[in-house]
Amino acid sequence: MLMKHVLPYAAALAAAAVSASAAEVSGKVTLKGTPPPEKPIAALKADPNCGKANAAAEVKTRLYVVGADSGLANALVYIKKGLEGKTFAPSADKPLIDQKGCMYEPYISAVQVGQQFDVKNSDAFMHNVNATPKVAGNKGFNFAQANAGQINTKVFDKPELGVRFACNVHPWMIAYLHVLENPFFAVTDKDGNYTFKGDLPDGKYTVEAFHMKAGSATQEIEVKGGKAAAAFTLEVKAQ
Amino acid sequence: MNESVHSNRWLFRYAAAVALCTWGLICMGGLVTSKGVGMAVPDWPTSYGYNMFALPVSTWFTGGVFDEHTHRLWASTVGLLVVALVRWLGGTGSRKMLLAIGGGEIALGIGLLGLGPDWRGGGHFLAGIGGVVLLAGVVWWGNLPADRQVVKWGWAAFWLVQLQGLLGGLRVVLDKHVFAGTTLGTAFGVFHGCLGQTFLVLLCAVALRLSPLWKNAIGQLRLPLGLRPWLSAGLALSAGQLILGALMRHQHAGLAIHDFPLAYGQMWPATDSASMAAYNQHRAEEIEVTAFQIQLQMWHRIGALATLVAIAGAWLRSWRTAGLASTWGRLTSCWFGLIVLQATLGISTILMNKPADIATAHVAVGAASLATGSLLFLIAHRQASRANVEKHSVSLPAAVPAGTH
Repeated sequence: MLMKHVLPYAAALAAAAVSASAAEVSGKVTLKGTPPPEKPIAALKADPNCGKANAAAEVKTRLYVVGADSGLANALVYIKKGLEGKTFAPSADKPLIDQKGCMYEPYISAVQVGQQFDVKNSDAFMHNVNATPKVAGNKGFNFAQANAGQINTKVFDKPELGVRFACNVHPWMIAYLHVLENPFFAVTDKDGNYTFKGDLPDGKYTVEAFHMKAGSATQEIEVKGGKAAAAFTLEVKAQ
Repeated sequence: MNESVHSNRWLFRYAAAVALCTWGLICMGGLVTSKGVGMAVPDWPTSYGYNMFALPVSTWFTGGVFDEHTHRLWASTVGLLVVALVRWLGGTGSRKMLLAIGGGEIALGIGLLGLGPDWRGGGHFLAGIGGVVLLAGVVWWGNLPADRQVVKWGWAAFWLVQLQGLLGGLRVVLDKHVFAGTTLGTAFGVFHGCLGQTFLVLLCAVALRLSPLWKNAIGQLRLPLGLRPWLSAGLALSAGQLILGALMRHQHAGLAIHDFPLAYGQMWPATDSASMAAYNQHRAEEIEVTAFQIQLQMWHRIGALATLVAIAGAWLRSWRTAGLASTWGRLTSCWFGLIVLQATLGISTILMNKPADIATAHVAVGAASLATGSLLFLIAHRQASRANVEKHSVSLPAAVPAGTH
């Protein structure tokens, strides 16, 4: 008798748990059109320390990194609408923005509002980390990291796309950090693929793909049974 | 040669050297902005927490720190030279004033230190300057003051150099502060850039007034008829170009327009949102350009053409009325040569995608052109005043014939 009444609820709870905890949204961002060619960073080669650190490699700008089948790397894909009124505790993970060979790695990264992230200097010489958020409530900073291995932990309190990080000691060093309200986001890999997972309930959402140069595109998706897919095409328009 | 003439000649040489050092400082500041390394030293008046003069050489010679820190040291040297100039110009009589100002600045600086850590930088800055000023006041060497107006200009330079140092510091300290939608660091950067050139003009004027030329040859020259309006227009337009240029450079957005003589292939580029999006997608810089920045460059181009026409007009006027071999012909030829070089550098900055050295040379020649125009204006003003006096003194006896009283 007990089993008869409890089992359906348990099954429903289990189903709900599956759909809310194992959701996965994935897809690909592709680039249409011809972007301007990336340029070698001559100043990097001319700098004694940075030139030595990159003696074997040609380092270029990363404005449009396009991989296999026109997949666009470094695009942010995130849930823009559909989660209004819900709050999400910041993830305990600490993403890393590293300074290695006088370049920021990664060039594009993302965190949640209130989520801590580390900034590290992996080079044997000094960099300064100059972050210039534009949204009120996000506090900018500019500090030096003189020694290899030095790590500083930082956090931003308001959502903002594209907080700019620059090293003014080596002014070609640029990175961007996206700060998002919810934990459902990902940055595309070298071939434009993305996947984000989490406790995303089934339902309808607006997802946006955003690239610092190529612009943005939105799409309505429906997460059903914890799964959804969305492909985006961003376009470099003819001038 | 008597002692006072000998002394004035050295004072003129010293003032000219200070002006030259200031021009070098503007070049260094231009290089800092061209390279985008203004924030390579994040603190002020300390450098990475060190007293500015004690920064380890290994840190100083790291990337953009070299440019920014050298600019700071150079600026301190110019400040020191200007304080010495004021002492020399003002003669023994300036000692009391220097002692009072120096003492006051030290007291105020110490007072600021007591207000808390936010005021510590300003306190050290003020107390440091006060110490230098006080030292200048202590110098007991007796000398006569220069001409009264030159002394006034010297004091103006004295206050300007301190204000300029403060603006440079605020550009760093307030880099993260926003007021009415404007980043204060950027706003102070623009003021700092413009005031630096005003300061150069003032020092050049001091040097000119002390020069033997001013006392002898310039007074004997005749101002070509109709030259003054061209000089005034050239100078006013040069000053306007300086402000537009400073606004463009201190936004650190790279080149707003990459082609010349057209702009994005058009006579006047469209700046609607669709066009702006397309421009930004094709720009080689990662920072987006705005419609305002495009319009700034367009007005800078128009201003450049107008300046070129005005200075060419001054040159042609001198050529026609006095001849190219005349003093005015040679002076305006120099100015015209500078402005042609300046236009060439401006075009090169666009076509070569703003290399730091070319962009800095554009700032340096622009400063030299503004200073040259200002000096020519001063010379013309002096000759015009002298001509008026002569006319008046000639006409006066005619109006009141001798023997009527």
